Amino acid sequence: METRKIEIPVMADLFARGEKPEYLFWVGCAGAYDDRYKKVTRAFAKILSYLNVSYAVLGKEETCTGDPARRAGNEMLYQMQALQNIELFKAYEITKIITICPHCYNILKNEYPDLGGNYEVINYIELLDKYIKEGKLKVNTDTFKDSRITYHDPCYLGRANDIYEEPRRVIKSVSNHLVEMDRNRSFALCCGAGGAQMFKEAEKGNKEVFLERMEDVLKVNPDIIATACPFCMTMMTDGIKYKNQEENMKNYDIAELIVMSLGL
Amino acid sequence: MTKQIVFAIALLLTFAVFSYTIARIIRFFSLTKKGFPIKDLGKRFMIMAEVALGQTKIFRRPILGFLHAVVFWGFCVILFGSIEMVIDGLFGIEKSLSFLGWFYDFLMATGDIFALLIAIAIVVFLFRRVFLHVKRFEGIEMKKISHIDANIALTIILVLMLSLLGMNAAYVGHTMAIGDEIHGAYPVGNYLASIFAGMSTESVLVQYEIYWWTHILLIFIFANILPYSKHFHVFMSVPNVFISRLEPLGKMRNMDNVTREVKLMMDPNAAFAAPATDAPIERFGVKDAEDVIWNSYFNSLSCTECGRCTAVCPANITGKKLSPRKVMMDLRARMKEKGPQLLKNKDFNDNKSLVRDYISEEELWACTTCNACAKECPININQPSLILEMRRYLVMEEGSAPGEIKAMFNNIENNGAPWQYSPEDRLLWTKDLEINVQ
Repeated sequence: METRKIEIPVMADLFARGEKPEYLFWVGCAGAYDDRYKKVTRAFAKILSYLNVSYAVLGKEETCTGDPARRAGNEMLYQMQALQNIELFKAYEITKIITICPHCYNILKNEYPDLGGNYEVINYIELLDKYIKEGKLKVNTDTFKDSRITYHDPCYLGRANDIYEEPRRVIKSVSNHLVEMDRNRSFALCCGAGGAQMFKEAEKGNKEVFLERMEDVLKVNPDIIATACPFCMTMMTDGIKYKNQEENMKNYDIAELIVMSLGL
Repeated sequence: MTKQIVFAIALLLTFAVFSYTIARIIRFFSLTKKGFPIKDLGKRFMIMAEVALGQTKIFRRPILGFLHAVVFWGFCVILFGSIEMVIDGLFGIEKSLSFLGWFYDFLMATGDIFALLIAIAIVVFLFRRVFLHVKRFEGIEMKKISHIDANIALTIILVLMLSLLGMNAAYVGHTMAIGDEIHGAYPVGNYLASIFAGMSTESVLVQYEIYWWTHILLIFIFANILPYSKHFHVFMSVPNVFISRLEPLGKMRNMDNVTREVKLMMDPNAAFAAPATDAPIERFGVKDAEDVIWNSYFNSLSCTECGRCTAVCPANITGKKLSPRKVMMDLRARMKEKGPQLLKNKDFNDNKSLVRDYISEEELWACTTCNACAKECPININQPSLILEMRRYLVMEEGSAPGEIKAMFNNIENNGAPWQYSPEDRLLWTKDLEINVQ
């Protein structure tokens, strides 16, 4: 099998050459810095490249959307970040944004408009669902033929934005064994990392939220926990370790499942 | 005639007390902040039809949801009969709305059946509350008074339904005995009328009057107890659905006063262009009851403490102190405590506040903003927005936050990411990226 090197297009370079991509691919801080989640960014970039999507990233010019600051009560810091980003988007004449992180998705889509930032914001799951439906992404069902996959709904795709069926359709395109936990869709239990919890120790209680969620997972005993959020990924991967399930199950992002089934 | 006078006095008294109570509560709203505007009326009526009349969200717990829906739909139908009783009582007539013909028969029959179904549902509810240990009804916010409150309301409703059934049965029994035409249809009443078979027509009539008066006077009393109990829900829930947020649950309210400041900071020239305002400096976020937007206070008055929110809260499930139900109950209690004083003196200060004296920082920082509570609330109460407003107060007014959170703020300020990484490293993930080509 041959391989081809992928160069990730950076907005500033494209603009210097007088080119304008259709989409901004918003990587997000976890996508850029978190070692595990970087693999998801790479996987999704492969898909974009495979589909010949016209896009670019901001690279070193990208900066936090302000979501964790806002959810932790620091409206001032959030708005400084947001207004700075909106200025940057204006400079690059950005109209369409693809995100992988649901927290970035939610804030860009629902909250930037209040500050004058109006864009068509698309979550990668919606994009994958669309391309599969249109037949542009012909996934191979062999790879995960015998894998039981359960999907953990991220709060900011699910309850926050009512995206429940798209990720399930994408998973079903690669596997016939999607198993649902008792608490799924709008009933899904949070992984425990939202609302800036990711960055602090949990308050005193009798259990960690991600372990409560892992018990839901263990009841359906999947081979793969599919996630669609960097924070959920951290928590579920930790959950697998805490419950000593590393031999039994893996945690993959939906983008990784697609890349694996495409053999990219 | 005496009956009419007594009835008119009772009705007048009911309205007088009720108006006094409601006027007091409305004045508390004048203490709250401007909220989001109530626009998109068409959409709001649709949501009201779906969530309130259709009871869709209560069906998220299907069995008990069904029982609640029976009670709600039954109330709607029985309300018609109550209105008729008021007209009858005032004008000294009987079955005044029977001119509606088949529709009247239909409403009376449905109401009669619903009275029985509601009575059964209430017995189930009482049994659950008194004999079963239901986790949802427990929690630090559930004091003894909360349980008494619930049981009183349930008992009143049970007596209301039994008196209605008795009234219908006695009506059928008496009317048949004297050979008059029966107005309306009463399937359960027909069945129960046999109880009165051996009695004299006079004593059946007396029983009818007793049931009639018990039913209507209890409604009058109940209506006036409600605003002082968690069962104010009966009046507030449908309007609360109507005024609820239409935006996606994930969206937070923008703070326009902060936007003005940030824009001035980013563009110093604008500082000179902006007109100086004499408006008093608003507090950032919510510290006390008067800082909330009116919509949140409305939410708190509608809450009937069912605890569906707390039962799905990931923080609460895992033993943390946070309980979304408590947040709503605390706001209501604090307004009840401070509101009357604030109305007398707008600078009133009892050195207490909603944040800390009622809701601790520990509770506020435990929220994951997962929106499970808001999704679950059968009447669209939005708890997370209030929790986040209190975080805004803590952070922006007091600079108070857990150490790791402050570190996260610093990271975002200094290097544009919540972690301590350099912007220079943002493209490291692109290194040596290869794709297989078939």
